[in-house]
Amino acid sequence: MIRFNNVHMQYRGGYLALKNINLHIEQGAMAFIAGRSGAGKSSMLRLIALMERHSRGQIIINGQNLERVRDSRIPYYRRNIGFVFQDHRLLRDRTVFDNVALPLVIAGHRHTEIRKRVSAALDKVGLLKKESLNPITLSAGEQQRVGIARAVVHRPLLLLADEPTGNLDPALSLDTMKLFEQFNQVGVTVLIASHDMEMIKKMHKRIITLREGRIPTHFGNTSANEKSD
Amino acid sequence: MRSKARNNPGMLLRAWLLLHAQSFIYSLGQYYRNLLTSILTTAVIGISLALPGGFYLLLENAHQITAGWDDSVQITAFLKSDVDDAIATELVGRLLEYKNIEEAKLINRDQVLAEYRELSGFSEVIDILDENPLPSIIIIKPKLMTLPDGVDRLIIEFISSQPEVEIAQYDQQWVKRLYGIIDIIQRCIILFSVLISFGVLLIVGNTIRMAIYNHRDEIEITKLFGATDYFIQRPFLYTGFWYGLSGGMASWALLTITLQFLKQPVDRLAKLYASEFSISALSGTETMIMLLCGVFLGVFGSWISVQRHLKTIELN
Ligand SMILES: Nc1ncnc2c1ncn2[C@@H]1O[C@H](COP(=O)(O)OP(=O)(O)O)[C@@H](O)[C@H]1O
Ligand SMILES: [Mg+2]
Repeated sequence: MIRFNNVHMQYRGGYLALKNINLHIEQGAMAFIAGRSGAGKSSMLRLIALMERHSRGQIIINGQNLERVRDSRIPYYRRNIGFVFQDHRLLRDRTVFDNVALPLVIAGHRHTEIRKRVSAALDKVGLLKKESLNPITLSAGEQQRVGIARAVVHRPLLLLADEPTGNLDPALSLDTMKLFEQFNQVGVTVLIASHDMEMIKKMHKRIITLREGRIPTHFGNTSANEKSD
Repeated sequence: MRSKARNNPGMLLRAWLLLHAQSFIYSLGQYYRNLLTSILTTAVIGISLALPGGFYLLLENAHQITAGWDDSVQITAFLKSDVDDAIATELVGRLLEYKNIEEAKLINRDQVLAEYRELSGFSEVIDILDENPLPSIIIIKPKLMTLPDGVDRLIIEFISSQPEVEIAQYDQQWVKRLYGIIDIIQRCIILFSVLISFGVLLIVGNTIRMAIYNHRDEIEITKLFGATDYFIQRPFLYTGFWYGLSGGMASWALLTITLQFLKQPVDRLAKLYASEFSISALSGTETMIMLLCGVFLGVFGSWISVQRHLKTIELN
Protein backbone atom coordinates (compact mmCIF):
# COMPACT_ATOMS: atom_id res chain seq x y z
CA MET A 1 0.00 0.00 0.00
CA ILE A 2 2.76 2.40 1.00
CA ARG A 3 6.28 1.90 -0.21
CA PHE A 4 9.24 4.28 0.18
CA ASN A 5 12.50 3.42 -1.62
CA ASN A 6 15.52 5.55 -0.66
CA VAL A 7 13.34 8.61 -0.33
CA HIS A 8 14.88 12.01 0.34
CA MET A 9 12.94 15.15 0.84
CA GLN A 10 14.21 18.68 0.79
CA TYR A 11 12.17 21.77 1.60
CA ARG A 12 12.40 24.74 -0.69
CA GLY A 13 14.66 26.56 1.71
CA GLY A 14 17.13 23.69 1.30
CA TYR A 15 16.45 21.91 4.57
CA LEU A 16 16.77 18.14 4.19
CA ALA A 17 13.81 16.88 6.23
CA LEU A 18 13.90 13.19 5.23
CA LYS A 19 16.98 11.17 4.39
CA ASN A 20 17.06 7.80 2.70
CA ILE A 21 13.72 6.49 3.94
CA ASN A 22 12.89 2.87 3.17
CA LEU A 23 9.51 1.64 4.21
CA HIS A 24 6.74 -0.75 3.33
CA ILE A 25 3.28 -0.81 4.84
CA GLU A 26 0.84 -3.41 3.58
CA GLN A 27 -2.74 -2.82 2.57
CA GLY A 28 -5.04 -2.97 5.57
CA ALA A 29 -2.30 -2.37 8.11
CA MET A 30 -2.28 0.17 10.91
CA ALA A 31 1.02 1.81 11.80
CA PHE A 32 2.40 4.70 13.79
CA ILE A 33 5.11 7.14 12.86
CA ALA A 34 6.82 8.11 16.08
CA GLY A 35 9.62 10.48 16.88
CA ARG A 36 10.35 13.80 18.52
CA SER A 37 9.00 17.05 17.30
CA GLY A 38 10.91 18.02 14.17
CA ALA A 39 11.90 14.44 13.33
CA GLY A 40 10.05 14.57 10.03
CA LYS A 41 6.75 12.80 10.82
CA SER A 42 4.54 15.44 9.24
CA SER A 43 6.89 15.68 6.29
CA MET A 44 6.35 12.01 5.57
CA LEU A 45 2.58 12.41 5.58
CA ARG A 46 2.88 15.48 3.36
CA LEU A 47 4.79 13.43 0.82
CA ILE A 48 2.11 10.74 0.79
CA ALA A 49 -0.61 13.38 0.40
CA LEU A 50 1.39 15.06 -2.41
CA MET A 51 1.40 18.32 -0.51
CA GLU A 52 5.13 18.19 -1.15
CA ARG A 53 7.20 16.29 -3.68
CA HIS A 54 10.16 14.12 -2.66
CA SER A 55 13.51 15.09 -4.11
CA ARG A 56 15.06 11.63 -4.53
CA GLY A 57 13.99 7.99 -4.44
CA GLN A 58 10.63 6.47 -5.18
CA ILE A 59 7.26 6.48 -3.44
CA ILE A 60 4.55 4.06 -4.47
CA ILE A 61 1.09 4.40 -2.96
CA ASN A 62 -1.51 1.80 -3.85
CA GLY A 63 0.51 0.74 -6.86
CA GLN A 64 0.88 4.29 -8.10
CA ASN A 65 4.29 5.88 -8.53
CA LEU A 66 3.86 9.38 -7.13
CA GLU A 67 6.36 10.87 -9.55
CA ARG A 68 3.93 9.98 -12.32
CA VAL A 69 0.99 11.79 -10.73
CA ARG A 70 0.77 15.05 -12.62
CA ASP A 71 -0.25 18.17 -10.71
CA SER A 72 -3.58 18.26 -12.51
CA ARG A 73 -4.33 14.70 -11.30
CA ILE A 74 -3.49 15.38 -7.66
CA PRO A 75 -7.12 16.18 -6.71
CA TYR A 76 -8.29 12.78 -7.99
CA TYR A 77 -5.39 11.05 -6.26
CA ARG A 78 -6.30 12.69 -2.95
CA ARG A 79 -9.90 11.50 -3.11
CA ASN A 80 -8.69 8.10 -2.00
CA ILE A 81 -7.11 9.47 1.15
CA GLY A 82 -8.73 10.68 4.35
CA PHE A 83 -7.04 13.28 6.56
CA VAL A 84 -7.26 13.90 10.28
CA PHE A 85 -5.47 16.87 11.81
CA GLN A 86 -4.36 17.82 15.28
CA ASP A 87 -6.53 20.93 15.30
CA HIS A 88 -9.34 19.04 13.48
CA ARG A 89 -9.75 21.94 11.00
CA LEU A 90 -13.51 21.86 10.85
CA LEU A 91 -15.18 24.76 9.06
CA ARG A 92 -16.90 27.02 11.51
CA ASP A 93 -19.42 28.50 9.10
CA ARG A 94 -21.39 25.27 8.64
CA THR A 95 -22.97 22.45 10.54
CA VAL A 96 -21.41 19.16 11.59
CA PHE A 97 -23.34 17.48 8.78
CA ASP A 98 -22.04 19.87 6.13
CA ASN A 99 -18.48 19.49 7.42
CA VAL A 100 -18.63 15.72 7.16
CA ALA A 101 -20.33 15.93 3.74
CA LEU A 102 -17.47 17.97 2.25
CA PRO A 103 -15.44 15.11 0.66
CA LEU A 104 -18.61 13.73 -0.92
CA VAL A 105 -19.66 17.11 -2.27
CA ILE A 106 -16.20 17.52 -3.76
CA ALA A 107 -16.42 14.13 -5.43
CA GLY A 108 -19.81 15.09 -6.84
CA HIS A 109 -22.09 12.58 -5.15
CA ARG A 110 -25.85 12.89 -5.25
CA HIS A 111 -27.75 14.38 -2.40
CA THR A 112 -29.44 11.17 -1.28
CA GLU A 113 -26.12 9.35 -1.34
CA ILE A 114 -24.50 12.13 0.69
CA ARG A 115 -27.33 12.03 3.23
CA LYS A 116 -26.94 8.28 3.67
CA ARG A 117 -23.17 8.18 3.94
CA VAL A 118 -22.82 11.17 6.25
CA SER A 119 -25.39 9.71 8.62
CA ALA A 120 -23.56 6.39 8.62
CA ALA A 121 -20.21 8.07 9.33
CA LEU A 122 -21.63 10.22 12.11
CA ASP A 123 -23.32 7.18 13.57
CA LYS A 124 -20.02 5.32 13.71
CA VAL A 125 -18.37 8.12 15.70
CA GLY A 126 -21.46 8.42 17.90
CA LEU A 127 -22.46 11.95 16.88
CA LEU A 128 -25.54 11.38 14.75
CA LYS A 129 -27.67 13.47 17.11
CA LYS A 130 -25.38 16.47 16.75
CA GLU A 131 -25.37 16.67 12.96
CA SER A 132 -27.16 20.01 12.78
CA LEU A 133 -25.00 21.73 15.40
CA ASN A 134 -22.14 24.05 14.67
CA PRO A 135 -18.81 22.33 15.43
CA ILE A 136 -17.69 25.14 17.76
CA THR A 137 -20.43 24.11 20.20
CA LEU A 138 -18.87 20.64 20.56
CA SER A 139 -16.19 19.49 23.00
CA ALA A 140 -12.62 18.91 21.83
CA GLY A 141 -13.10 15.14 21.73
CA GLU A 142 -16.36 15.47 19.78
CA GLN A 143 -14.77 17.86 17.32
CA GLN A 144 -12.00 15.40 16.67
CA ARG A 145 -14.57 12.66 16.09
CA VAL A 146 -16.34 14.86 13.56
CA GLY A 147 -12.96 15.28 11.91
CA ILE A 148 -12.55 11.52 11.78
CA ALA A 149 -16.05 11.06 10.35
CA ARG A 150 -15.13 13.55 7.61
CA ALA A 151 -11.92 11.62 6.93
CA VAL A 152 -13.69 8.30 6.37
CA VAL A 153 -17.03 9.34 4.87
CA HIS A 154 -15.80 8.94 1.29
CA ARG A 155 -14.42 5.45 2.12
CA PRO A 156 -10.77 6.18 1.45
CA LEU A 157 -8.25 3.39 1.01
CA LEU A 158 -5.81 5.21 3.23
CA LEU A 159 -6.31 7.23 6.39
CA LEU A 160 -3.58 9.70 7.38
CA ALA A 161 -3.62 11.34 10.80
CA ASP A 162 -1.11 13.92 12.03
CA GLU A 163 -1.01 14.14 15.82
CA PRO A 164 -4.74 13.40 16.03
CA THR A 165 -4.64 13.27 19.82
CA GLY A 166 -2.33 16.24 20.33
CA ASN A 167 -5.08 18.34 21.89
CA LEU A 168 -6.80 15.60 23.86
CA ASP A 169 -6.31 14.24 27.36
CA PRO A 170 -5.02 10.63 27.74
CA ALA A 171 -8.45 9.02 28.20
CA LEU A 172 -9.90 10.79 25.13
CA SER A 173 -6.75 10.03 23.20
CA LEU A 174 -7.15 6.33 23.76
CA ASP A 175 -10.84 6.48 22.74
CA THR A 176 -9.83 8.24 19.55
CA MET A 177 -7.19 5.65 18.81
CA LYS A 178 -9.72 2.88 19.34
CA LEU A 179 -11.89 4.60 16.78
CA PHE A 180 -9.05 4.52 14.26
CA GLU A 181 -8.62 0.85 15.07
CA GLN A 182 -12.28 0.22 14.26
CA PHE A 183 -11.92 1.79 10.84
CA ASN A 184 -8.74 -0.19 10.30
CA GLN A 185 -10.64 -3.38 11.10
CA VAL A 186 -13.00 -2.77 8.18
CA GLY A 187 -10.07 -2.57 5.79
CA VAL A 188 -8.79 1.02 5.77
CA THR A 189 -5.01 1.33 5.88
CA VAL A 190 -4.22 3.71 8.75
CA LEU A 191 -1.03 5.71 9.26
CA ILE A 192 -0.80 7.93 12.32
CA ALA A 193 1.98 10.36 13.16
CA SER A 194 2.34 10.99 16.86
CA HIS A 195 5.01 11.89 19.37
CA ASP A 196 2.96 10.43 22.26
CA MET A 197 5.02 7.26 22.74
CA GLU A 198 3.13 6.15 25.81
CA MET A 199 -0.18 6.04 24.04
CA ILE A 200 1.30 4.51 20.89
CA LYS A 201 2.71 1.62 22.88
CA LYS A 202 -0.71 0.83 24.31
CA MET A 203 -2.02 0.19 20.81
CA HIS A 204 0.31 -2.74 20.04
CA LYS A 205 0.74 -1.78 16.39
CA ARG A 206 3.73 -1.40 14.22
CA ILE A 207 5.84 1.64 15.10
CA ILE A 208 8.13 3.43 12.67
CA THR A 209 10.45 5.70 14.55
CA LEU A 210 11.95 8.71 12.88
CA ARG A 211 14.98 10.51 14.15
CA GLU A 212 16.30 13.62 12.51
CA GLY A 213 14.77 12.61 9.21
CA ARG A 214 16.02 9.04 9.20
CA ILE A 215 14.69 5.65 10.25
CA PRO A 216 17.52 4.30 12.39
CA THR A 217 17.63 0.49 12.15
CA HIS A 218 18.72 0.06 15.77
CA PHE A 219 15.61 1.84 17.00
CA GLY A 220 13.09 -0.97 16.94
CA ASN A 221 12.53 -0.40 13.26
CA THR A 222 14.00 -3.68 12.13
CA SER A 223 10.60 -5.12 11.32
CA ALA A 224 9.96 -2.24 8.95
CA ASN A 225 12.91 -2.97 6.77
CA GLU A 226 12.61 -6.72 6.97
CA LYS A 227 9.12 -6.55 5.59
CA SER A 228 10.18 -4.69 2.50
CA ASP A 229 11.14 -7.25 -0.07
CA MET B 1 -6.46 5.42 -7.79
CA ARG B 2 -9.47 6.54 -9.74
CA SER B 3 -12.53 8.17 -8.40
CA LYS B 4 -15.64 6.11 -8.97
CA ALA B 5 -17.68 9.14 -10.04
CA ARG B 6 -15.51 9.58 -13.11
CA ASN B 7 -16.55 6.35 -14.72
CA ASN B 8 -20.16 7.19 -15.41
CA PRO B 9 -20.80 10.12 -17.79
CA GLY B 10 -24.44 10.48 -16.74
CA MET B 11 -23.54 10.78 -13.11
CA LEU B 12 -20.71 13.10 -13.98
CA LEU B 13 -23.02 15.46 -15.83
CA ARG B 14 -25.60 15.39 -13.08
CA ALA B 15 -22.94 16.04 -10.48
CA TRP B 16 -21.56 18.86 -12.56
CA LEU B 17 -24.96 20.52 -12.92
CA LEU B 18 -25.62 20.05 -9.24
CA LEU B 19 -22.31 21.63 -8.29
CA HIS B 20 -23.05 24.60 -10.54
CA ALA B 21 -26.50 25.06 -9.09
CA GLN B 22 -25.10 24.76 -5.58
CA SER B 23 -22.32 27.29 -5.97
CA PHE B 24 -24.66 29.60 -7.90
CA ILE B 25 -27.04 29.74 -4.96
CA TYR B 26 -24.22 29.59 -2.44
CA SER B 27 -22.49 32.61 -3.98
CA LEU B 28 -25.75 34.55 -3.82
CA GLY B 29 -25.83 33.64 -0.14
CA GLN B 30 -22.25 34.92 0.12
CA TYR B 31 -23.47 38.24 -1.26
CA TYR B 32 -25.86 38.57 1.67
CA ARG B 33 -23.41 37.25 4.23
CA ASN B 34 -20.98 40.06 3.44
CA LEU B 35 -23.69 42.60 2.77
CA LEU B 36 -21.67 45.76 3.41
CA THR B 37 -18.75 44.74 1.17
CA SER B 38 -21.21 43.52 -1.43
CA ILE B 39 -23.25 46.71 -1.49
CA LEU B 40 -20.12 48.85 -1.65
CA THR B 41 -18.76 46.81 -4.54
CA THR B 42 -22.11 46.95 -6.32
CA ALA B 43 -22.30 50.72 -5.81
CA VAL B 44 -18.80 51.29 -7.13
CA ILE B 45 -19.44 49.16 -10.21
CA GLY B 46 -22.82 50.84 -10.68
CA ILE B 47 -21.40 54.35 -10.59
CA SER B 48 -18.43 53.35 -12.75
CA LEU B 49 -20.69 51.93 -15.44
CA ALA B 50 -23.19 54.79 -15.17
CA LEU B 51 -20.55 57.38 -16.09
CA PRO B 52 -19.73 56.13 -19.59
CA GLY B 53 -23.35 55.03 -19.95
CA GLY B 54 -24.49 58.57 -19.18
CA PHE B 55 -22.09 60.11 -21.68
CA TYR B 56 -23.24 57.63 -24.25
CA LEU B 57 -26.86 58.67 -23.69
CA LEU B 58 -25.86 62.32 -23.94
CA LEU B 59 -24.29 61.65 -27.32
CA GLU B 60 -27.24 59.60 -28.51
CA ASN B 61 -29.54 62.49 -27.65
CA ALA B 62 -27.20 64.98 -29.32
CA HIS B 63 -27.35 62.82 -32.43
CA GLN B 64 -31.12 62.90 -32.26
CA ILE B 65 -31.12 66.71 -32.11
CA THR B 66 -28.67 67.11 -34.94
CA ALA B 67 -30.23 64.42 -37.12
CA GLY B 68 -31.29 66.02 -40.39
CA TRP B 69 -28.79 68.81 -40.04
CA ASP B 70 -26.44 67.15 -42.42
CA ASP B 71 -29.05 67.78 -45.15
CA SER B 72 -28.14 71.39 -44.87
CA VAL B 73 -24.46 70.82 -45.45
CA GLN B 74 -23.99 71.97 -48.98
CA ILE B 75 -21.53 73.73 -51.19
CA THR B 76 -22.33 76.78 -53.24
CA ALA B 77 -20.25 77.25 -56.39
CA PHE B 78 -20.44 80.77 -57.86
CA LEU B 79 -19.80 80.66 -61.60
CA LYS B 80 -17.88 83.24 -63.56
CA SER B 81 -20.12 85.91 -65.11
CA ASP B 82 -19.35 84.94 -68.70
CA VAL B 83 -20.57 81.33 -68.26
CA ASP B 84 -23.82 80.72 -70.07
CA ASP B 85 -26.51 78.16 -69.23
CA ALA B 86 -25.33 75.54 -71.74
CA ILE B 87 -21.80 75.47 -70.35
CA ALA B 88 -23.14 75.52 -66.78
CA THR B 89 -25.39 72.51 -67.47
CA GLU B 90 -22.42 70.70 -68.89
CA LEU B 91 -20.49 71.54 -65.71
CA VAL B 92 -23.32 70.09 -63.57
CA GLY B 93 -22.99 66.86 -65.51
CA ARG B 94 -19.25 66.79 -64.88
CA LEU B 95 -19.70 67.46 -61.17
CA LEU B 96 -22.26 64.66 -60.81
CA GLU B 97 -19.70 62.21 -62.14
CA TYR B 98 -17.44 62.99 -59.19
CA LYS B 99 -17.78 60.14 -56.70
CA ASN B 100 -18.34 62.13 -53.50
CA ILE B 101 -21.02 64.37 -54.89
CA GLU B 102 -24.58 63.36 -54.29
CA GLU B 103 -26.44 66.15 -55.97
CA ALA B 104 -25.72 69.24 -58.04
CA LYS B 105 -28.35 71.77 -59.08
CA LEU B 106 -27.93 74.73 -61.36
CA ILE B 107 -29.67 77.98 -60.54
CA ASN B 108 -29.05 80.36 -63.40
CA ARG B 109 -28.54 84.06 -62.88
CA ASP B 110 -32.12 84.95 -63.82
CA GLN B 111 -33.49 82.58 -61.20
CA VAL B 112 -30.99 83.89 -58.69
CA LEU B 113 -32.12 87.41 -59.45
CA ALA B 114 -35.78 86.50 -59.13
CA GLU B 115 -35.13 84.78 -55.81
CA TYR B 116 -33.08 87.71 -54.60
CA ARG B 117 -35.76 90.14 -55.64
CA GLU B 118 -38.32 88.17 -53.66
CA LEU B 119 -36.24 87.71 -50.55
CA SER B 120 -34.48 91.04 -50.29
CA GLY B 121 -37.31 93.47 -50.95
CA PHE B 122 -34.96 95.64 -53.03
CA SER B 123 -36.99 95.03 -56.19
CA GLU B 124 -37.07 98.71 -57.16
CA VAL B 125 -33.33 99.05 -56.86
CA ILE B 126 -32.82 95.96 -58.97
CA ASP B 127 -35.18 97.27 -61.61
CA ILE B 128 -32.96 100.30 -62.03
CA LEU B 129 -30.01 98.14 -63.06
CA ASP B 130 -30.04 97.43 -66.78
CA GLU B 131 -27.88 94.35 -66.43
CA ASN B 132 -28.12 91.39 -63.96
CA PRO B 133 -25.06 91.71 -61.70
CA LEU B 134 -25.56 88.27 -60.12
CA PRO B 135 -23.69 85.11 -61.22
CA SER B 136 -25.26 81.73 -61.83
CA ILE B 137 -24.71 79.30 -58.99
CA ILE B 138 -24.60 75.54 -58.55
CA ILE B 139 -25.75 74.04 -55.25
CA ILE B 140 -23.82 70.86 -54.51
CA LYS B 141 -24.59 68.27 -51.86
CA PRO B 142 -21.68 66.06 -50.92
CA LYS B 143 -22.23 62.46 -49.79
CA LEU B 144 -21.71 63.49 -46.21
CA MET B 145 -22.33 60.24 -44.42
CA THR B 146 -19.53 58.53 -46.26
CA LEU B 147 -17.15 61.43 -45.97
CA PRO B 148 -13.75 60.42 -44.61
CA ASP B 149 -11.37 63.03 -43.22
CA GLY B 150 -9.92 65.29 -45.86
CA VAL B 151 -12.37 64.33 -48.57
CA ASP B 152 -14.51 67.38 -47.86
CA ARG B 153 -11.53 69.56 -48.76
CA LEU B 154 -10.90 67.51 -51.89
CA ILE B 155 -14.45 68.17 -53.04
CA ILE B 156 -14.04 71.90 -52.61
CA GLU B 157 -10.71 71.77 -54.43
CA PHE B 158 -12.21 69.77 -57.25
CA ILE B 159 -15.08 72.19 -57.68
CA SER B 160 -12.84 75.25 -57.43
CA SER B 161 -10.49 73.86 -60.06
CA GLN B 162 -13.22 73.87 -62.69
CA PRO B 163 -12.49 76.76 -65.09
CA GLU B 164 -16.10 77.97 -65.01
CA VAL B 165 -16.10 78.33 -61.23
CA GLU B 166 -15.22 81.63 -59.63
CA ILE B 167 -15.37 80.44 -56.05
CA ALA B 168 -16.83 77.51 -54.12
CA GLN B 169 -17.58 77.38 -50.41
CA TYR B 170 -19.39 75.41 -47.75
CA ASP B 171 -22.64 76.66 -46.34
CA GLN B 172 -23.07 76.07 -42.66
CA GLN B 173 -19.51 75.08 -41.97
CA TRP B 174 -20.34 74.94 -38.28
CA VAL B 175 -22.50 71.83 -38.66
CA LYS B 176 -19.45 70.03 -39.93
CA ARG B 177 -17.43 71.36 -37.07
CA LEU B 178 -20.06 70.14 -34.63
CA TYR B 179 -19.86 66.70 -36.15
CA GLY B 180 -16.11 66.85 -35.79
CA ILE B 181 -16.44 67.70 -32.12
CA ILE B 182 -18.99 64.96 -31.56
CA ASP B 183 -16.61 62.51 -33.17
CA ILE B 184 -13.82 63.57 -30.81
CA ILE B 185 -16.10 63.30 -27.79
CA GLN B 186 -17.17 59.87 -28.94
CA ARG B 187 -13.58 58.70 -28.99
CA CYS B 188 -12.93 60.24 -25.58
CA ILE B 189 -15.87 58.28 -24.21
CA ILE B 190 -14.50 55.05 -25.64
CA LEU B 191 -11.12 55.73 -24.01
CA PHE B 192 -12.82 56.72 -20.79
CA SER B 193 -14.91 53.53 -20.83
CA VAL B 194 -11.81 51.41 -21.28
CA LEU B 195 -10.15 53.11 -18.29
CA ILE B 196 -13.28 52.72 -16.19
CA SER B 197 -13.43 49.04 -17.14
CA PHE B 198 -9.91 48.56 -15.84
CA GLY B 199 -10.98 50.25 -12.64
CA VAL B 200 -13.95 47.93 -12.28
CA LEU B 201 -11.73 44.91 -12.90
CA LEU B 202 -9.40 46.08 -10.14
CA ILE B 203 -12.26 46.67 -7.73
CA VAL B 204 -13.86 43.30 -8.34
CA GLY B 205 -10.46 41.63 -8.27
CA ASN B 206 -9.66 43.16 -4.92
CA THR B 207 -13.01 42.21 -3.40
CA ILE B 208 -12.53 38.64 -4.62
CA ARG B 209 -8.98 38.61 -3.30
CA MET B 210 -10.33 39.44 0.15
CA ALA B 211 -13.00 36.75 -0.22
CA ILE B 212 -10.32 34.21 -1.11
CA TYR B 213 -8.27 35.31 1.87
CA ASN B 214 -11.28 34.95 4.17
CA HIS B 215 -11.97 31.45 2.87
CA ARG B 216 -8.39 30.23 3.10
CA ASP B 217 -9.17 27.49 5.63
CA GLU B 218 -12.01 26.21 3.52
CA ILE B 219 -9.91 26.30 0.34
CA GLU B 220 -7.10 24.36 2.01
CA ILE B 221 -9.44 21.70 3.35
CA THR B 222 -11.30 21.27 0.08
CA LYS B 223 -7.98 20.99 -1.75
CA LEU B 224 -6.82 18.30 0.67
CA PHE B 225 -10.00 16.33 0.13
CA GLY B 226 -9.47 16.37 -3.61
CA ALA B 227 -11.20 19.49 -4.92
CA THR B 228 -10.08 20.54 -8.39
CA ASP B 229 -9.17 24.14 -9.14
CA TYR B 230 -12.46 24.43 -11.02
CA PHE B 231 -14.39 23.37 -7.98
CA ILE B 232 -12.57 25.87 -5.79
CA GLN B 233 -12.79 28.83 -8.14
CA ARG B 234 -16.42 28.33 -9.15
CA PRO B 235 -18.06 30.07 -6.17
CA PHE B 236 -15.71 33.04 -6.57
CA LEU B 237 -16.56 33.38 -10.24
CA TYR B 238 -20.24 33.27 -9.36
CA THR B 239 -19.69 35.89 -6.69
CA GLY B 240 -18.09 38.04 -9.38
CA PHE B 241 -21.13 37.35 -11.56
CA TRP B 242 -23.48 38.63 -8.86
CA TYR B 243 -21.35 41.73 -8.29
CA GLY B 244 -21.32 42.47 -12.00
CA LEU B 245 -25.03 41.87 -12.47
CA SER B 246 -26.04 43.93 -9.46
CA GLY B 247 -23.59 46.65 -10.51
CA GLY B 248 -25.13 46.70 -13.98
CA MET B 249 -28.59 46.98 -12.50
CA ALA B 250 -27.44 49.76 -10.18
CA SER B 251 -26.05 51.78 -13.09
CA TRP B 252 -29.24 51.22 -15.05
CA ALA B 253 -31.22 52.53 -12.08
CA LEU B 254 -28.92 55.53 -11.72
CA LEU B 255 -29.28 56.48 -15.38
CA THR B 256 -33.03 55.96 -15.42
CA ILE B 257 -33.49 58.14 -12.35
CA THR B 258 -31.24 60.84 -13.81
CA LEU B 259 -33.16 60.84 -17.09
CA GLN B 260 -36.48 61.07 -15.31
CA PHE B 261 -35.08 63.97 -13.35
CA LEU B 262 -34.06 65.81 -16.54
CA LYS B 263 -37.03 64.89 -18.69
CA GLN B 264 -39.47 67.62 -17.68
CA PRO B 265 -37.21 70.68 -18.10
CA VAL B 266 -35.79 69.33 -21.35
CA ASP B 267 -39.26 68.75 -22.78
CA ARG B 268 -40.24 72.29 -21.79
CA LEU B 269 -37.14 73.70 -23.45
CA ALA B 270 -37.78 71.66 -26.59
CA LYS B 271 -41.29 73.05 -26.78
CA LEU B 272 -39.91 76.59 -26.64
CA TYR B 273 -37.82 75.75 -29.71
CA ALA B 274 -40.86 74.15 -31.34
CA SER B 275 -38.90 70.91 -31.40
CA GLU B 276 -40.28 67.38 -31.24
CA PHE B 277 -37.21 66.38 -29.26
CA SER B 278 -37.63 64.37 -26.10
CA ILE B 279 -34.93 62.69 -24.01
CA SER B 280 -34.67 59.05 -24.96
CA ALA B 281 -34.11 56.54 -22.17
CA LEU B 282 -32.06 53.36 -22.42
CA SER B 283 -33.54 50.98 -24.93
CA GLY B 284 -33.98 47.30 -24.15
CA THR B 285 -30.86 46.44 -26.13
CA GLU B 286 -28.83 49.12 -24.42
CA THR B 287 -29.99 47.90 -21.02
CA MET B 288 -29.00 44.36 -21.97
CA ILE B 289 -25.58 45.53 -23.13
CA MET B 290 -25.08 47.44 -19.89
CA LEU B 291 -25.96 44.38 -17.80
CA LEU B 292 -23.75 42.17 -19.95
CA CYS B 293 -20.85 44.60 -19.54
CA GLY B 294 -21.35 44.46 -15.79
CA VAL B 295 -21.49 40.67 -15.76
CA PHE B 296 -18.47 40.40 -18.02
CA LEU B 297 -16.40 42.75 -15.87
CA GLY B 298 -17.52 40.98 -12.69
CA VAL B 299 -16.70 37.50 -13.91
CA PHE B 300 -13.50 38.52 -15.67
CA GLY B 301 -12.28 40.55 -12.69
CA SER B 302 -12.85 37.66 -10.32
CA TRP B 303 -11.30 35.22 -12.78
CA ILE B 304 -8.09 37.25 -12.87
CA SER B 305 -8.06 37.48 -9.11
CA VAL B 306 -8.71 33.77 -8.71
CA GLN B 307 -5.91 32.90 -11.12
CA ARG B 308 -3.51 35.09 -9.21
CA HIS B 309 -4.45 34.38 -5.63
CA LEU B 310 -5.62 30.76 -5.42
CA LYS B 311 -2.13 29.63 -6.31
CA THR B 312 -0.62 31.49 -3.38
CA ILE B 313 -2.54 29.35 -0.91
CA GLU B 314 -0.15 26.80 0.53
CA LEU B 315 -1.35 23.60 2.09
CA ASN B 316 -0.36 23.15 5.71
N1 LIG C 1 7.71 24.25 5.02
C1 LIG C 1 8.91 23.97 5.54
N2 LIG C 1 10.02 24.58 5.07
C2 LIG C 1 11.23 24.30 5.59
N3 LIG C 1 11.44 23.44 6.58
C3 LIG C 1 10.39 22.80 7.10
C4 LIG C 1 9.07 23.03 6.61
N4 LIG C 1 8.22 22.25 7.31
C5 LIG C 1 8.98 21.57 8.20
N5 LIG C 1 10.26 21.91 8.07
C6 LIG C 1 11.38 21.35 8.86
O1 LIG C 1 11.46 19.97 8.60
C7 LIG C 1 11.75 19.28 9.80
C8 LIG C 1 10.72 18.19 10.00
O2 LIG C 1 9.47 18.83 10.24
P1 LIG C 1 8.14 17.99 10.47
O3 LIG C 1 8.02 16.99 9.40
O4 LIG C 1 7.04 18.96 10.63
O5 LIG C 1 8.45 17.29 11.84
P2 LIG C 1 7.46 16.62 12.88
O6 LIG C 1 6.12 16.52 12.26
O7 LIG C 1 8.08 15.28 13.16
O8 LIG C 1 7.47 17.48 14.09
C9 LIG C 1 11.77 20.30 10.90
O9 LIG C 1 13.11 20.58 11.23
C10 LIG C 1 11.14 21.51 10.33
O10 LIG C 1 11.72 22.68 10.82
MG1 LIG D 1 4.35 17.40 12.88
